[in-house]
Amino acid sequence: MSDAVVSNSDKQGAQPTRAAQSWFSRALDSDLFYSFRRSKLTMVAAAITVLFFLLAIFASALAVQNPFDPAQLQLMNSRISPLWTADGQSPFLLGTDEQGRDVFSAILYGMRISLAVGVAGVIFAGALGIGLGLIAGYFGGAVDGVIMRIADVQLTFPAILIALLVNGIAKSILGNRLDATSMLVVLVISIGLSFWVGYARTVRGSVMVEKNKDYVAAAQLIGLPAPKIMLRHVLPNTMGPILVIATINLALAIITEATLSFLGVGLPDTMPSLGTLIRIGNNYLFAGEWWIVAFPGLALAALILSINLLGDWLRDALNPKLR
Amino acid sequence: MSICRSLFAATLAGVLALAASPASSQTLRYANQGELKSLDPYTLNETTTHAHLGHVYEGLVERGKDLKIIPALAESWETPEPTRWRFHLRKNVKFHNGDPFTADDVVFSAQRVLAKGSDLLTRIPADAKVVKIDDYTVDFILSSPNPILISQWDTWYIMDKKWAEANNAVAPTPVAATTPSYASLHANGTGPFMIESHQPGVKTVFKANPNWWNKPEHNLKEIVFTPIASDATRVAALLSGEVDVIEPVPLQDIQRVNSSPNAAVLTGPELRTIFLGMDQSRDELLYSSVKGKNPFKDVRVREAFYKAIDIDLIKNRVMRGLSTPSALMVAPELYPLSKDFTRPKFDPNAAKKLLADAGYPDGFEVTMDCPNDRYVNDAAICQAVVGMLARVGVKVNLLAQPKAQYFAKVLKAGGFKTSFYLLGWTPGTMDSHNVLHDILGCREDPKDPNRGQANLGGYCNKDLDALTDKILVEADTAKRDLLIKQAFDISIKDYAYIPLHQQSLAWGVSKKVKLTQRADNQVLLYWATKQGE
Amino acid sequence: MLAFTLRRIVQAIAVMFAVGIIAFSMFRFAGDPVNQMVGQDTTIAEREAIRRSLGLDDPVILQFSHYAANAAQFKFGISYQFRLPVTDLLIERMPATLELAICATVFAMVFGILMGVYSALKRDTVLAKLFQAVSLVGISLPTFLIGILLIYLFAVTLGWLPSFGRGEVVKLGWWTTGLLTLSGLKALIMPSITLGLFQMTLIMRLVRAEMLEVLRTDYIRFARARGLTTRAIHFGHALKNTLIPVITVAGLQFGSVIAFSIITETVFQWPGMGLLFVQAVQNVDIPIMAAYLLMVSLIFVTINLVVDILYTVVDPRLRATVGRAA
Repeated sequence: MSDAVVSNSDKQGAQPTRAAQSWFSRALDSDLFYSFRRSKLTMVAAAITVLFFLLAIFASALAVQNPFDPAQLQLMNSRISPLWTADGQSPFLLGTDEQGRDVFSAILYGMRISLAVGVAGVIFAGALGIGLGLIAGYFGGAVDGVIMRIADVQLTFPAILIALLVNGIAKSILGNRLDATSMLVVLVISIGLSFWVGYARTVRGSVMVEKNKDYVAAAQLIGLPAPKIMLRHVLPNTMGPILVIATINLALAIITEATLSFLGVGLPDTMPSLGTLIRIGNNYLFAGEWWIVAFPGLALAALILSINLLGDWLRDALNPKLR
Repeated sequence: MSICRSLFAATLAGVLALAASPASSQTLRYANQGELKSLDPYTLNETTTHAHLGHVYEGLVERGKDLKIIPALAESWETPEPTRWRFHLRKNVKFHNGDPFTADDVVFSAQRVLAKGSDLLTRIPADAKVVKIDDYTVDFILSSPNPILISQWDTWYIMDKKWAEANNAVAPTPVAATTPSYASLHANGTGPFMIESHQPGVKTVFKANPNWWNKPEHNLKEIVFTPIASDATRVAALLSGEVDVIEPVPLQDIQRVNSSPNAAVLTGPELRTIFLGMDQSRDELLYSSVKGKNPFKDVRVREAFYKAIDIDLIKNRVMRGLSTPSALMVAPELYPLSKDFTRPKFDPNAAKKLLADAGYPDGFEVTMDCPNDRYVNDAAICQAVVGMLARVGVKVNLLAQPKAQYFAKVLKAGGFKTSFYLLGWTPGTMDSHNVLHDILGCREDPKDPNRGQANLGGYCNKDLDALTDKILVEADTAKRDLLIKQAFDISIKDYAYIPLHQQSLAWGVSKKVKLTQRADNQVLLYWATKQGE
Repeated sequence: MLAFTLRRIVQAIAVMFAVGIIAFSMFRFAGDPVNQMVGQDTTIAEREAIRRSLGLDDPVILQFSHYAANAAQFKFGISYQFRLPVTDLLIERMPATLELAICATVFAMVFGILMGVYSALKRDTVLAKLFQAVSLVGISLPTFLIGILLIYLFAVTLGWLPSFGRGEVVKLGWWTTGLLTLSGLKALIMPSITLGLFQMTLIMRLVRAEMLEVLRTDYIRFARARGLTTRAIHFGHALKNTLIPVITVAGLQFGSVIAFSIITETVFQWPGMGLLFVQAVQNVDIPIMAAYLLMVSLIFVTINLVVDILYTVVDPRLRATVGRAA
């Protein structure tokens, strides 16, 4: 089973990039780009999203310390307020937390985790959903029935519940072997398993439509194998809606990760993501040490808001009926 | 004349008292960070549970506001010979259901507390005989003298034999019980309060007992207890007046509570010592990069860990000044000679050198177990320790868990599964012997299975154990204190543990409420009075 | 009609069966139940005896049928943390969660419809734009942040509302309600808003879209041509047509509201099933997790079923298609 997946993705390597590219260049020419330039709000949102991604990618260059390395934290520097307040101290722009962790650096590194988990979760969910959607749509019949019934069941549960369940099960199976790395994997899997249905339904729908078209029959006639037809011809046609789902899912995945961390079932406190920072900071909010929760909270809200705005715009732009 | 005057004074005082406290009319709301899981007084040996149930149940003796032992259900006692204790029971005491309290109940409670499933086995020596002499006299016959026999009896609560038999509650409810017993959901004591309702984890209502044998010091009609786990929520509830008493107040909120018009924080030294322990018994650590040997078996490594920790910085930053760094495993209030001990100086360079000498010039990796909802700022202390050890080259992976999982893993019942941990300990007997016996004593002593029961790292020194046994039977206080000193000296020379500090009590109390804070952190509201609203 | 209903019921049972298998696997395979129950001192022989008494040596199929039979009678075993039957714990906390979920839904419906209608009718006013902004925030801000913000504003800074718990509750049989006391009502406000905000946003967007759609249709134009007042057209015709999908969505979302109360209950320490579930996940209390999963699925499946059937009763045209649309 896993071998088959690997070989598929190997073949996938060269061609779909071209397909995606052609789709992308088509998109740039089209009214998609036009509507992007027309909406100032969308441009701001895109700018913020890109900025956050850059901040996360170059976190180690921008941060004054590595907040995940306990040796770099000085307890002496704990609970310093932001730079512009009376007690502020350089280089701690946004102040420090209880452990002497620079809040700005912690946000950068935390954002990196949030985005990494979000993106990986979305990719995992997308791969799973697209794969199952293709299989269900192409083969139809009993296979389709089983996959779509599972999707129905899954859809009845909100993502956060599924994520919490996966998390709880992983904890009870792995127990004390659960270190930071495997926790990351568990987070990605629990998010991925919560969001695959959207992709599967969309892909299945378009496959059902496309597979009866003449070009597919023609391709079948010249002897192209089924996976090849689907990946080369059918899949590119679903890219638009999938991109919309992926964008909106990214925001949801980031919220889910933050919520899990806020509930205390995410990454350990020594490796805080944005949700963990907010949970820890929440304890100091009422003590007047507001900056520990306020800035991570703002960063998280801004990130999700911009991604959502992008997703909204993308959906409207790709679906002229709604405009 | 003088009789007349004192009579008048007494009457006046009585009238004033009545006027000041309009006959038990107040409702006091109390929130703690932990839950009250079982009402069975023998299920869990834990301070907060004892405090809750102390409102409902009483022991033969109790501890006063200064922690001195005073008579309760036993009016008096004597030791006609060193191995025989005689207790004279209080007459006309009734349980909440109306059953009279007699010697039978004491004999029954002794059997029950020693039965399988009880978590309070240490209250009475297993081979003690409990004999009813008459309805109001009971003898305890011991196999060897034990001057501190009654030191933990303030939390050995007496239960009603008739009630237990009628309700199928003769056997104690084990912590790991699979079906809830009657006694874990209902209570029938002799104490100043009765359980009106009990929803585990949600709310427990205590109603004042109108037929209590003693004169109440409180003016309460009822106590409503709610667990609120979240620090911020608990403090907000106190400040908005939704609850009258909270325990604990997180350190970071003390200032804010004190500056509010409604409430203030009652602080005081707590008798609990917070310390770090290291697994010194296994040949290879369970969770470490070092294979084939156990670095903690080398005293130099333990010394290095000790010297790598800057306790003053932890006090000033993590504990916000509210802790007393400690050189001993017992609080100074409980041991008069504790002034003679000082902590070795914080010295990271010496620590590095010690590690290099022990064969770890580049340090090593070890996992630390830490509770994150048990002691004041426990997880933050652990994080600070991780940082300090990182600076001498030791990479510590921190596993901070809720107390339920933490204790299930590290305690005896979980198989002592830890390599390096943080724990807190208050000696139940209010005496050093308990620390020497439970924390510093060797495990698996064939003659004394309870020895070392909380010695999670398995430190063992037979010389110390021999001294501990002498301390138990030594009646001369001055001599005893010197023996204790010798024993502690051995443990310090061995770097058996790394004592950190005694934390501070921090109770948030509404300005309408007056109460007494006892240093063992039992929140006892039967000493509380509340102004009318 | 009957055939359709039957098919939906069979589907619902199949879903519950599938969820039951998941719950059973969690219960059975995630963590050895015997290890969770006994102490370290328990001998191997005793462990074996417990295994047998729990039926853990039976074939898995038999075990599952036992589990299913018990679950059908709402017996879910004993909580590892509380040592109480899970059913008792859930029933004790159900009123709190249901009351919160209902209040949140009512809040979401009332404000969602009002704001949706307003922003459809007066599209370009400042207020309508503000509503749009609020709706974006409602979707974007994580629930816990909204909760923290509300507590900080209304409980700590202003001191108007309680920050935690249900206030005083009145017992009506096994049900407890906070609706009959002032403190209970005050305690409901912030959690309801926090929980309902997302649904409110959803309903507002839906109402706005539907209203705009309906206002464009021919019969509204005819109504206008007939000289009906604007008010009668907007509220007598347009809104009425909008309400059916709105009520459907609100109904379908009710299950989500219950599930999302997990977060709200944690922030406000609301003593409901969600808080119980979060504590169970933190403490790896599998029986509670499995039972909660079954409970929530039952609620979901029931709501879906009822909505589907009602829908076809209300609108016969949908009978043919609705089977696939859910």
